[in-house]
Amino acid sequence: MSISRIQEASLGYTGAAVADARNVHGSFEELAMPLFSQLYNFAYWLAGDRAAAEDLVQETYMKALKGFSSFQQGTNFRAWMYRILRNSFLTTQAGLRATVSLEDIDEPGSLPVTAGTPESHLLLRVEQDAIRRALEALPVHHREIVLLCDLEEMSYQEIGQTLGVPIGTVMSRLSRARKAMRALLTDRGEGATQ
Amino acid sequence: MNCEIWRGQLDAYLDDALPAQESSRMVEHLRACPDCAADAFERTRLRRATRAAAMRFTPSTEFRRQIEKSISPRRAPLAFLWKPSLALALAVVLAVAVSATMMLRHSAREQAMAQLVDLHVAALASPNPVDVVSTDRHTVKPWFQGKLPFSFNLPELEGSPYTLSGGKLVYFDHQPAAQLLFALHKHALSVFIIQGDKNTRGGSALAGATENGFSIESWRNAGLHYTIVSDAAANDVHGLGELMRKAEHP
Repeated sequence: MSISRIQEASLGYTGAAVADARNVHGSFEELAMPLFSQLYNFAYWLAGDRAAAEDLVQETYMKALKGFSSFQQGTNFRAWMYRILRNSFLTTQAGLRATVSLEDIDEPGSLPVTAGTPESHLLLRVEQDAIRRALEALPVHHREIVLLCDLEEMSYQEIGQTLGVPIGTVMSRLSRARKAMRALLTDRGEGATQ
Repeated sequence: MNCEIWRGQLDAYLDDALPAQESSRMVEHLRACPDCAADAFERTRLRRATRAAAMRFTPSTEFRRQIEKSISPRRAPLAFLWKPSLALALAVVLAVAVSATMMLRHSAREQAMAQLVDLHVAALASPNPVDVVSTDRHTVKPWFQGKLPFSFNLPELEGSPYTLSGGKLVYFDHQPAAQLLFALHKHALSVFIIQGDKNTRGGSALAGATENGFSIESWRNAGLHYTIVSDAAANDVHGLGELMRKAEHP
């Protein structure tokens, strides 16, 4: 029943792989280009349009290339790239607007527990368009964590490295994000039935 | 409902983030609880649907090439210099810069020479060509004391065709300089002794040059710039130059 997770096997450029690759001329290109399409997609989801996404990706690659010599051996290259992209986004106008709502997202408190209402009937009607609309409707800090987990299939540790937060925060924020997304989909479902 | 606690952990379980023991307990519970199992199924389904829906934006091939080009290690920092067109442009700029510098220096020398010729002609045209009239070098040299910020030696002219006519204080480029007048038969020769660097004093040593028909010879020694200007032949000018240079190194 558990989703099979492949990130460490196929996408987690960690430890020895990075160290070895760095000894090879052009290792940055070899490590960074396989992430290109995913980074662009993630950038588009954050920035909202093609031009802004391209600017973000361009900036990310330039910053990463510049900082590659100081890249810490043994740390996660993919998380490092996503972190650069995300930090670049946060300095844009859209990113600054998004951070306004970041102040109160990690307040302490019990993890939200999904209500016992049967969602299955509503979720059965979920279509891709509905999911896209729900993702677009999510605030950026919820959207990004859902994408990092469900799309990029990052581990909580990787997400923590990408967002620069502890794992406990990853869990609570992700849980809220999922709850918010389910709520959006449920609302749409209910709206569609009325 | 005990299930609320389980459902609170359900996302972590589906994300493979539960410790092994808790994960095993979750599996047992899901086997036993159809409601939680259905919920887990829907959440899994949502994750898969989200993944499919979110992989939505594809970069253009052109943009990919642009990024690849910008991070390619084959692009050395100064590689652009080796592009033929840029190298040619750079060479042209360098050539223009060098020739312009040379022209400026050449022009500075010409201006200096013209100025000295003017001083020479002006002195000869004056009813009082020199300030100190004497054929005796031991009279002329001391006359400059206190008038110039430097000193110089005058040659012994006995046995030579040259005679000393006198000396004059002149200004060259706003600085005091010595003008010594010599005679050779009917010709007058001016020796200018100027303190300063070569750039403003007409360049390095120069022999056999002419300026508007005047012979000019110049050289440098010990921070002083010597220039002889005369309508006499270049050989005669050179002869006086030799005497002056001997006097500098007695």
